Amino acid sequence: MTDKELLKVENLHKKFGDLHVLKGVTEHITQGEVVSVIGPSGGGKSTFLRCLNLLEIPDEGKIYFEGVDITDKKVDINVHRQKMGMVFQHFNVFPNMTVGQNITMAPVLLGKKSQKEADEMAAELLNRVGLLEKINEYPKRLSGGQKQRLAIVRALAMEPDVMLFDEPTSALDPEMVGEVLAVIKELVKTGMTTVIVTHEMGFAREVSDRVFFMDGGIIAEKGTPEEIFGNPQNPRTKEFLGKVLY
Amino acid sequence: MIENIAKVWTQYWNLFLTGLGYTLLLSLITVLAGCVIGFFLALMRMSKWKVGNVKPLSAVVGMFVEIVRGTPLLLQLYFFYFLLPDLVYFWEPSKFTCITIALCLNSAAYVSEIIRAGIQAVDRGQTEAARCLGLNSKQAMIHVVLPQAVKNILPALCNEFVTMIKETSLASTFFVGELMTQYKTISGALYLTIEPLIIVGIIYFVVTFSLSKCVLAMERRMSAGD
Ligand SMILES: Nc1ncnc2c1ncn2[C@@H]1O[C@H](COP(=O)(O)OP(=O)(O)O)[C@@H](O)[C@H]1O
Ligand SMILES: [Mg+2]
Repeated sequence: MTDKELLKVENLHKKFGDLHVLKGVTEHITQGEVVSVIGPSGGGKSTFLRCLNLLEIPDEGKIYFEGVDITDKKVDINVHRQKMGMVFQHFNVFPNMTVGQNITMAPVLLGKKSQKEADEMAAELLNRVGLLEKINEYPKRLSGGQKQRLAIVRALAMEPDVMLFDEPTSALDPEMVGEVLAVIKELVKTGMTTVIVTHEMGFAREVSDRVFFMDGGIIAEKGTPEEIFGNPQNPRTKEFLGKVLY
Repeated sequence: MIENIAKVWTQYWNLFLTGLGYTLLLSLITVLAGCVIGFFLALMRMSKWKVGNVKPLSAVVGMFVEIVRGTPLLLQLYFFYFLLPDLVYFWEPSKFTCITIALCLNSAAYVSEIIRAGIQAVDRGQTEAARCLGLNSKQAMIHVVLPQAVKNILPALCNEFVTMIKETSLASTFFVGELMTQYKTISGALYLTIEPLIIVGIIYFVVTFSLSKCVLAMERRMSAGD
């Protein structure tokens, strides 16, 4: 792991109307780091993640990505988003495109690749996640686990520098969780910087370099997986882990 | 009676068909222009551009739509029939032009709501996924949202066309030559009211009924492709 700061968040605040969801988050994520975000529902995990690529506009605070303050109004966020892949709980694959087109649309449209190059890359990526034979199918013919694997490689096709996952397995039938986690595990091994909101505690413990426990709009506790899972300090962390682990 | 109907038909079938031609033409122009104008109205209605606390584009279009929906079409026809010739001094629009413009604007209001509903029915996650890949909002709209929205919009637009076929009969108030105008002409010439009316009714019904069935079939095929 190098020490280069890839993402830096300073005093992040987000409100939805009167609801103060993020109450001052300051944190940085270094290149190659794998960070899991855990915590009770409604604690602001998704909002935090969605602020990182400005899917939600923060009310206060700054976000630096690769050294650039992307909350600056003069910055073209679309350029930076190309470097930040995101995977959603509900997959959000494009139902009107084939599996292959789902992957090639953005790189071709945004001029990163020719159609031919993109097609080759799509085949390679699909092969990696065991979906090559589905390349000409439409997503309605895929299972939930297959859709999520497609969503992951669709994001990878933009060759991002960081991958953001928001509960990627929460909408899946239990028997499909494993196949998706396996793909993420492989990805993490390649050194991809990853931020993952998850309720899969075993997985978080296994793959993370650091774990954030978010509650009440702040990172209430953070540390290595050993520290958070083995010896939590914050009573809220203890209570939460007590509920989800036993 | 049946005999009379047959007689009226054999004598005047070409007038009835001419009327039908105008009716279809008028409806088609109306809906096509309504689509183009309505599309931009829908985009304006959904625009997030704000001045202070109001969204001016959205508010103006919203008001226009409410006015069109809240007043009778016949009134709107009268309005443009009287207003347009006075509006521009060097332009003398024909009756047909005035009426067509009124119908187009009326249709544009309804179509804009159809398009807006169709676009908003596409899951927000689709836009978010597209934006996360780096597409700007226009690219996300064109490449991801609209192709999916078309499925919701197209059947409703065809139904709007069917509705317009019937609504254009109001234009006969101004004798623009569509089917109901022909009815007035023929019934005046023959001093017969019921028989030509039945013929006109049958023509309207056959056309709208068969078109509606086509729309249903189309809808079924589209949802099968989901
Ligand atoms: N778009 C939104 N509009 C209004 N409230 C929202 C919105 N998104 C999230 N919230 C609220 O913000 C709080 C935090 O939500 P979220 O970040 O999704 O938490 P988590 O992912 O930890 O469950 C919740 O109370 C949620 O209802
Ligand atoms: Mg969440």
